[in-house]
Amino acid sequence: MPSVYTHKFDTPVFKGAVEIPTGIFIDGKWRDGSDGELIDVINPATGKVITQVSAGTKKDVDEAVVAAQRAFDTVWGLNCPGYERGKLLYRLAELLEKHQDEFAAVEALDNGKTFSWAKKADVTMSIGTFRYYAGWADKIQGNTIETSKDKIVYTTHEPLGVVGQIIPWNFPLMMLSWKLGPALAAGNTIILKPSEFTPLTALLAAKLTQEAGFPPGVVNIINGYGSTVGNAISHHMHIEKVAFTGSTIVGRKVLEAAAKTNLKETSLELGGKSPNIIFDDCDIEQAIDWTIHGIFWNHGQACCAGSRIFVHAKIYDKFLALFTERTKEIKVGDPFGNDTYQGPQVSQQQYDRIMEFIDSGKQQGAKVVAGGERWGTEGYFIKPTIFTETKNTMRIVQEEIFGPVGVVIKFDDDEDVVRQANDTVYGLAAAMFTKNIDRALKCSQALRAGTTWINCANQLHPQVPFGGYKQSGIGRELGQYALEHYTAVKAVHINLGHTP
Amino acid sequence: MSSTFTHQFDTALFKGTITVNTGLFIDGQWVDSVSKETIDVINPVTGKKLTQVAAGDANDIDIAVKAASRAFKTSWGLKTPGHQRGRLLYILADLIEKNVDAIAATEALDAGKRFAHAQREVQGSVDVVRYYAGWADKNHGKTMETSEEKFAYTRHEPIGVVGLIVPWNFPFSIATWKIAPALATGNTIVLKQSEVTPLSALLLAALVKEAGFPDGVFNVIPGYGSTAGQALIEHQAVGKVSFTGSTFVGRKIMETASKTNLKRVTLELGGKNPVIVFDDADLDQAVKWMTFGTFFHSGQVCAASSRIYVHEKVYDAFLERFVVAANSIRQGDGFREDADQGPLVSQTQLDRVLGYVESGKQEGARLLAGGTRSEGTGFFLKPTIFADARPDMKIVREEIFGPVGVVSKFKTEEEVLELANDTQYGLAGYVFTQNLNRAIRVSSTLEAGSVFVNSTAATAPQVPFGGFKQSGQGKELSEYALEAFTQVKAVHINLGMTL
Repeated sequence: MPSVYTHKFDTPVFKGAVEIPTGIFIDGKWRDGSDGELIDVINPATGKVITQVSAGTKKDVDEAVVAAQRAFDTVWGLNCPGYERGKLLYRLAELLEKHQDEFAAVEALDNGKTFSWAKKADVTMSIGTFRYYAGWADKIQGNTIETSKDKIVYTTHEPLGVVGQIIPWNFPLMMLSWKLGPALAAGNTIILKPSEFTPLTALLAAKLTQEAGFPPGVVNIINGYGSTVGNAISHHMHIEKVAFTGSTIVGRKVLEAAAKTNLKETSLELGGKSPNIIFDDCDIEQAIDWTIHGIFWNHGQACCAGSRIFVHAKIYDKFLALFTERTKEIKVGDPFGNDTYQGPQVSQQQYDRIMEFIDSGKQQGAKVVAGGERWGTEGYFIKPTIFTETKNTMRIVQEEIFGPVGVVIKFDDDEDVVRQANDTVYGLAAAMFTKNIDRALKCSQALRAGTTWINCANQLHPQVPFGGYKQSGIGRELGQYALEHYTAVKAVHINLGHTP
Repeated sequence: MSSTFTHQFDTALFKGTITVNTGLFIDGQWVDSVSKETIDVINPVTGKKLTQVAAGDANDIDIAVKAASRAFKTSWGLKTPGHQRGRLLYILADLIEKNVDAIAATEALDAGKRFAHAQREVQGSVDVVRYYAGWADKNHGKTMETSEEKFAYTRHEPIGVVGLIVPWNFPFSIATWKIAPALATGNTIVLKQSEVTPLSALLLAALVKEAGFPDGVFNVIPGYGSTAGQALIEHQAVGKVSFTGSTFVGRKIMETASKTNLKRVTLELGGKNPVIVFDDADLDQAVKWMTFGTFFHSGQVCAASSRIYVHEKVYDAFLERFVVAANSIRQGDGFREDADQGPLVSQTQLDRVLGYVESGKQEGARLLAGGTRSEGTGFFLKPTIFADARPDMKIVREEIFGPVGVVSKFKTEEEVLELANDTQYGLAGYVFTQNLNRAIRVSSTLEAGSVFVNSTAATAPQVPFGGFKQSGQGKELSEYALEAFTQVKAVHINLGMTL
């Protein structure tokens, strides 16, 4: 029988015991995976095992789809009016708010981000996202459309049915809220696979959906590997849509699977190598603070991280000196420490990958002005790192590192820097710093990115859409726009008198 | 300062105590009116005085508008982001829900409603407030392409201080229909409820304060239309008035707006709503809906189905059943289990309706049910049915606002549509038929803001409500109501044009 893991926290910022179910959650019930396998959950601050959770299988996904379809046909979808769906989402938000400290603590434990960031960013935004979509649930409107006097025509925006959602390990709870919110508001039922690296807050969230009163089968959460559960979801013939957030490499596989099976609607939130352009007429102090937030927030493990930092020649030296100094002051350490800013990277794999990029940078001739090495002796900590004197062809400039590693590049021509900024297969986000209105708006227009930030960076709100141009993805999350990906448009023609 | 009214209920349907502040609610405080005048609150079931409330006039309106202006500039408007405004509205909805029975009891007592109806209406208000809580951070403007040399976008901004004037037939509901979109979009409010039914808006004010809205965002001034109401609609610092009431007063409001600051105006006025019962209608259902639509709340409903056209094939059968239904309505105190219908709200209303009944008799309509006052105390009028009405009769042309159904016969669809549309009003229309094409055709042809097929008025927060022609202008409920409380600003940023 599946168990419950109780973790006792005794830290400067949080004390308490949290009970976490460790099974898979299908049709309102907890159970083991069909083949009894387990996955270790590692604490990235220490490298030690916290507990084990059940690993789902293809068979589990199949069962979940049956339950989700049944729920959709009977108690969810349009059987449950939008207003009621909204009330449940609102209740979910309230429950999350009530338990915010526990969720923040578990997230920090599992992912390695600090308790303080988890609480003020991840959990807060998750609550806001559920509330935001609660408000949309009864406002998904179609159109009546004039054609001729012999007919009336209208559209309805209907839920798709059973949707699959695959979320990553960098913002586990927050990504879960971005996915569940619009999908449930629109009336779909869900099969969600959290990352096998960070399953714990998803399991807690599953418990909360039960408590909020979502009928069994509406939300199903199956932990497991991409190659098993993820694969099963993206290939399933009766899952109408899949939403994936993760690497571009895996994103391709998800899209390919859809093409080879039932042409399921696919939305993808993938990687980025987002430019951050610091013009000479910026507020330099602000620009530095935002730049730090842009690349070092969440230990650089953000798809929209401003990892390519272009600094105008006129202010380059001043900027670099201050940026480097402040970067060196960043406090790395225990996620539950009082003033820690940066915890460990999420896993050994990620750690190795980032260190490999850092080595490649050094080998390819770039200069390290801060960090560039491990922090501490246990866990997966990496010092905040800055490279300068890079060449465009270097791997650290071209490829997404997904760690606390920024490259700083000098420029002196507005048009050329925009060209460089756009010279990437990615197009997720871009930031720029300038006080000049013309420069800001023209630059924003010229950048091929799904989000542009003017005099800020990494700003996300439930009300505002987020998603990539080019190979950073397909579709948008958040805002009203997300609802389009969870509804299908039906056009209804009623003949009032015309003949064929 | 100001006092409270406490009333103990010990009835079959509700037992408990309510406490209502009886002052004006301005800037988060309960205060007496400047003049110290008060208005008596009458129980329409007994005709006796319940209590009195402070009577506001122009001076009090001015104080309230100043407070609302200050709040708009400092703590509300766009200073409080949409999601936070929405949050406060959700909290308010929860508070209303928690206090449904107390509010319903107060409303039933004050307005002469059935307690069960009042409960439903208050629960409906909860739904409306929650609905608009969800809109608060979703009132999007647009960006639009013009040329490369310009960046243009619109902002949907709140207007500022808005005046809300609500009537005595659905005091609490209509107040929430107005305050919810007004607050969601960031406006501050001065609300004048009807002097005939002031109590539930005062309860609402207490809950708004408890919910945590900043002082000055919501202000309530009970008072007369000719004093407080007039001052509100004249006020130069009030950018918008939303009014529900008679067409007669609606005209004055438009006129006053035109003579003062051209404030924007939403009007929800009267109706003389036609019902068309075709020969293929489900007759039993039609009679049930008609009984509800005509006699609910003694017909004191703007969307009441008061003008009923029945196809000649089913005319007699319809009348027979309709009369039986009307005669079985039991009248009495709204807190009794054995009463279906309460009184009219006041002596004035009762006299008015009796006047129409007289004219119906004199002009030759056939009286089939009711037609007189009920025995006993209170402003009760028996459910009344006139048949064989002609288009020129007063009871066919004018809004009676009482429990009076006026039935006429018709032969063809074309004929009845002309009759139905032959009115200055255009609030609602009702069609009973099983035929798809006819249902759509008739709905499309009726000149009314809401058309109901096979039911009477069953509004929903998501669907707009508001009249054509002289039934008003603007919409309440649904996304459309946001427009009533928003002004559009276009911003053009020059990116390269030079002179």
